Amino acid sequence: MRVALFLTCVNDTLYPGTGRAVVKLLTRLGVDVDFPMAQTCCGQAHYNTGYRHQAEPLARHFSDVFGSDAYDAVVTPSGSCGAMVRELYPRMGERARAEGRGGGLARAVAPVVPKTYELTEFLVDVLGVTDVGAYYPHTVTYHPTCHGLRALGLADRPTRLLRAVKGLELVELPGAEECCGFGGTFAVKNADVSAAMGADKVRNAESTGAEVLCAADNSCLMHIGGTMTRLRTAVRPVHIAEILASTEEEASS
Amino acid sequence: MSGGTFVGMPAFPAAAREAVGNTTLRANLRHATHTIRDKRARAVAELSDWDRLREAGKRIKDHTLRHLDRYLVQLEESVERAGGTVHWAADAEEANRIVAGLVRATGETEVVKVKSMATQEIGLNEALEAEGIRAYETDLAELIVQLGHDRPSHILVPAIHRNRGEIRDIFREEMAGWGRPAPDGLTDTPAELAEAARLHLREKFLRAKVGISGANFMVAETGTLVVVESEGNGRMCLTLPETLISVVGIEKVVPAWRDLEVFLQTLPRSSTAERMNPYTSMWTGTTDEDGPSTFHLVLLDNGRTDTLADEVGRQALRCIRCSACLNVCPVYERAGGHAYGSVYPGPIGAILSPQLRGTGSEIDASLPYASSLCGACYEVCPVAIDIPEVLVHLRERVVQGGEATRGGNRVTLKPAKGHAAERAAMRAAGLAFARPGALRAGQRLASRTRRLHPRALPGPGRAWSATRDLPEVPVEPFRDWWQRTRGGGGGSGDDRTTEGNGR
Ligand code: SF4
Repeated sequence: MRVALFLTCVNDTLYPGTGRAVVKLLTRLGVDVDFPMAQTCCGQAHYNTGYRHQAEPLARHFSDVFGSDAYDAVVTPSGSCGAMVRELYPRMGERARAEGRGGGLARAVAPVVPKTYELTEFLVDVLGVTDVGAYYPHTVTYHPTCHGLRALGLADRPTRLLRAVKGLELVELPGAEECCGFGGTFAVKNADVSAAMGADKVRNAESTGAEVLCAADNSCLMHIGGTMTRLRTAVRPVHIAEILASTEEEASS
Repeated sequence: MSGGTFVGMPAFPAAAREAVGNTTLRANLRHATHTIRDKRARAVAELSDWDRLREAGKRIKDHTLRHLDRYLVQLEESVERAGGTVHWAADAEEANRIVAGLVRATGETEVVKVKSMATQEIGLNEALEAEGIRAYETDLAELIVQLGHDRPSHILVPAIHRNRGEIRDIFREEMAGWGRPAPDGLTDTPAELAEAARLHLREKFLRAKVGISGANFMVAETGTLVVVESEGNGRMCLTLPETLISVVGIEKVVPAWRDLEVFLQTLPRSSTAERMNPYTSMWTGTTDEDGPSTFHLVLLDNGRTDTLADEVGRQALRCIRCSACLNVCPVYERAGGHAYGSVYPGPIGAILSPQLRGTGSEIDASLPYASSLCGACYEVCPVAIDIPEVLVHLRERVVQGGEATRGGNRVTLKPAKGHAAERAAMRAAGLAFARPGALRAGQRLASRTRRLHPRALPGPGRAWSATRDLPEVPVEPFRDWWQRTRGGGGGSGDDRTTEGNGR
């Protein structure tokens, strides 16, 4: 199986470790991973801030880069970028058509939409694995990010994966389904409310006694993690890919 | 709108900042919304066919909206056949004029009101006051708001922002000025507070000759109006006066009696987490020797047909005002209802107000941004309004302008002020992202200068770094690592191929 890694611009620029973890994990599971160098950004920030027209060329570009028949699937370690492609690209195509701009965009995105998967979804649904052979001797709590939870419907896929990790103790996060307050430009435009939401999320994480808070989206983790260091919390933010990529050999070496 | 009630509201972020800093308010809101949200989830889980009820509600409303003209004419005929009189009001001013005229014609100077958001939307109380007519709110929460010289902050629990102690103080200080004073030594126990309100209100019910109401539903087929409530005060208001005037938004019509079957299940469960609401009052025109002998229905547009003209935004008119979206909204929970500058707060307010009123004012232009797009509101909405979709659609209207309908005419809106810098930044980012080479150059520059990056930002970014630390820029972006370790052996070529493809 040949897979294109859609890392997202945020991960590429700020969290390369997550990308390296995904490559390591998928390779370990026998997947042939490619990173198309022409990839950039899915256009989520543009779209969500009200710049739908500016997001359109990015959707086309994404489809050009990832639509190739050479890939059986496109995998991304970001729930919100995955939701952007799967849920919003088709909608953008329909809107463009309704506005009398033809079906070009809808046609362009059509091949790539159904084969784009968020990482945990890909592991469980496509590869059919829940035990990825990972070892992570820490107490972990899981925050289901809003787009993963509601737009993609990841449900218990991430926690099934985590439960199968050796050495890992999963503890439940109170108020897990509440938004952490990031929301892209929301964090800047409504900074006070966003910060209050972030602080509550961090306090909930703290109350679990976990060492690590994990999620399937670095954007949310950036907001939560930034709040954690400011509030001097002992909990660390870690992307789920990095947990799933860890192995016993590494830990002992 | 609202006859001055909400005029002068600051934009959402500023109003929210004040609320976030008010710990009593936050505690009151948190307690109330969390309690009701858990109860709602349980009440909904009891029904095995919830998804189908939700879909049915959505379809009934969409169908009605698509043929709204036809159903409104049918409703008018049915109401008049049953002995009522129908009035059409295009906007708040016209509605207020009609109602004031009707009250004046009775020779009365006092009216009792049962909870009606439409009359708050148009600022009826203030308009009547200007005509020398005093309107008494009879819903308990509305009474608290009115006595407290306050504004409602929740659709269903307008005084949600008050706790028992505050309510006792308001009753003690204000009741005497409006009628029967609060009993001596009133405490803050719920039973005593309810009894004080009951005695105060009873006197009004028995005296008033004119009642004013809203309605949750209007049935086109029969001309029946429906009010659902919990206290029974509404029923007093609807049955004791000689004249009843109902002011109702045109979107509240449903085609047939049997359509109520759906909403009378979804509304109480979504709003108060009850299987059935305690009082459901229905009236059809007038009946000899029973209830009011004169009935007027004022059908209110006030921006609704403009909203209907918008393909994406019109779904907001499906709303049955259950308030479930408010109770799950993390932004509402912290910002409070007043920050939304309207009688419609929370997620539904954030999409309804900028459509009913237009995006011209500062507060209305800021409301589509009063959400992190977490989607919790859409998930609970019993008529499946995709609130995040409409929020993003309205953001587009704010930042880009575009076609909209105002006052029945197609107009081209200019982008709202204050977004020029953002627009430029989005355009620049769009250009960079369309050319991977540019993105890579930016990343390299960031990596090379990583020691110089502050962990706090200047300018508009300060809002971020005031409460959160920024991540450190890594030594090497992923794509450089990939190329270094894999030698750029990817199947889709390097960045130059795409750069040259003409976009
Ligand atoms: S938008 Fe939906 S959830 Fe919110 S008040 Fe209206 S019907 Fe209820």
